[in-house]
Amino acid sequence: MRKVPVFLTLIIIYIAYSGWVYTAATGTVAVMNEKETAGKELFEVHNCESCHQLFGLGGYLGPELTTIISDRNRGPLYAAALLKTGGGRMPDFHFTDAEIEALLAYLGYVDRCATTYKTASANRLP
Amino acid sequence: MNHKKTAALFILTGLITMVLGLVFGVVGGFQYILPDFLKEQLTFQTTRPLHVYLVISFIFSSAVGCVYYFLPGVAGRKLYSPWLAFMHWLCHSAIIVVVITGFFCGHFSGREYLEFPPVMALVILGSWSLLIVNFFKTMPIRFHHQPVYVWSWATGIIFFFITVTEAHLWVLPYFHNNIIRDLTVQWKALGSMVGSWNMLVYGTTFYVMERITNDKTIAQSKTAFFFYFLSLTNLMFNWGHHTYIVPASPVVKEVSYIISMTELLFIGKIIYTWRQTYIAARLNYSLIPYRLFTAGDFWVFLNLILAIIISVPAVNLYTHGTHITVAHAMGTTIGINTNLLLGCVLFVAFDRSPEFANRYKKYFMIGIPLLNMSLLVFWAALLICGVIKSSDTLNSVPFATMMTHLQPWFVMFTGAGVCIMISLFLILFPLIRIFLKKSD
Repeated sequence: MRKVPVFLTLIIIYIAYSGWVYTAATGTVAVMNEKETAGKELFEVHNCESCHQLFGLGGYLGPELTTIISDRNRGPLYAAALLKTGGGRMPDFHFTDAEIEALLAYLGYVDRCATTYKTASANRLP
Repeated sequence: MNHKKTAALFILTGLITMVLGLVFGVVGGFQYILPDFLKEQLTFQTTRPLHVYLVISFIFSSAVGCVYYFLPGVAGRKLYSPWLAFMHWLCHSAIIVVVITGFFCGHFSGREYLEFPPVMALVILGSWSLLIVNFFKTMPIRFHHQPVYVWSWATGIIFFFITVTEAHLWVLPYFHNNIIRDLTVQWKALGSMVGSWNMLVYGTTFYVMERITNDKTIAQSKTAFFFYFLSLTNLMFNWGHHTYIVPASPVVKEVSYIISMTELLFIGKIIYTWRQTYIAARLNYSLIPYRLFTAGDFWVFLNLILAIIISVPAVNLYTHGTHITVAHAMGTTIGINTNLLLGCVLFVAFDRSPEFANRYKKYFMIGIPLLNMSLLVFWAALLICGVIKSSDTLNSVPFATMMTHLQPWFVMFTGAGVCIMISLFLILFPLIRIFLKKSD
């Protein structure tokens, strides 16, 4: 077996594929504005993904948040109330009103991007 | 400082991080069934990263320790720089202490698996470079004549460096401010990183098997290299099955689905060689590392079947984001990685101090079956949780009600987790004593 040529071929394909994933394959959605970025940073520094998932990435102790804003049973007011005081298993993070607004803006952005997520949910058998 | 002492220090570090990782894992389990358990003092957002980081540290520390231990023997010359290896261990241990302290102080990056602040990634890459230099300077230049495990080690070492870098591209606004790009690249990096540590673990296991069977032809065979290249292809392109619901280009999903299905070849090989595996397992059953390798083989088979099933898009639609994904992750990290790595570490322990290691044989004999039986219960509990969560999601059951439905299975999962911890303690504490003692 010609090991070195096989290895090098795979490496070249991997580099080309990575370049495509970094650009064209993921370039179809709008980028975040300043407020949404601030919300994302809060989501990160408080390690929210330990308990919550976005697009299935994250922990399982809390609910999935990908479509929490457009969800008829939850929505932005429900999310804001939980962010304000905590509740159940969720600790109170003592977020300020501006921080809550930023987090809601970020979750709203995620929700707007979740086009295939919503299609997938609709395609599941009832 | 000779290379075997440094290797022992790496392994010892791995064993200690595993003990700590298990404790935090069990604490996290109790937080599932007792919502107020340490809710204010040690929240789940701290216990989870501690558990994940510490058990991953076990995998890397032990695997790197084994590579340092075996490398000069394989290369047929002395380690290029034992001093660099010792410096690597010093940096590696310091990083672990700093990251754990940071978690307790609430410093997170909020990224799955790599939850430490991004500046630590630079230190990790710097420390890993010492291994890269030592490895490639020790190995002879004519690399293509080397056995398959050397290729696996080299691949694991290079790809860990690449994937840690890739996993931190999010610090650039170009990646951070586009959620789809960020998530896709994150899954890509993490999927390949798991592949990189698998390469280190499988390479080491292959080498130990060669030492046990004394057959050097297998590691040079075409079949071995065929499966190595198939694993490398999976490492590079298989990660996309985690992103079926992310609205990136559909080609990512198609590539991943096709590559995932090549795993059927691994299953075919296991079934085809099942009789030989069974005979070899019976012949070598008295060897403790071999028992762990046999258990690892069993888990490879189970997890491959599960991985293939959940890679089918029509099934993934229901299983993604449920505990079935966790079952797959736990089955591979405990069932495969831990069984195989502990087998390799035990081989090193018996090689260093055969008489002293023999004193603890009875603990290993109890620990190994208990570990695998507990893991089977743990795995089954997670699969059941996944099925219930999937069904409740379909029926739009509120999250709080869903958690009530899952509660009995969380109890089973936590109970099995406690048994896993006890069984691993039966193996880990004697191993720690063996590695604390000077070699015979």
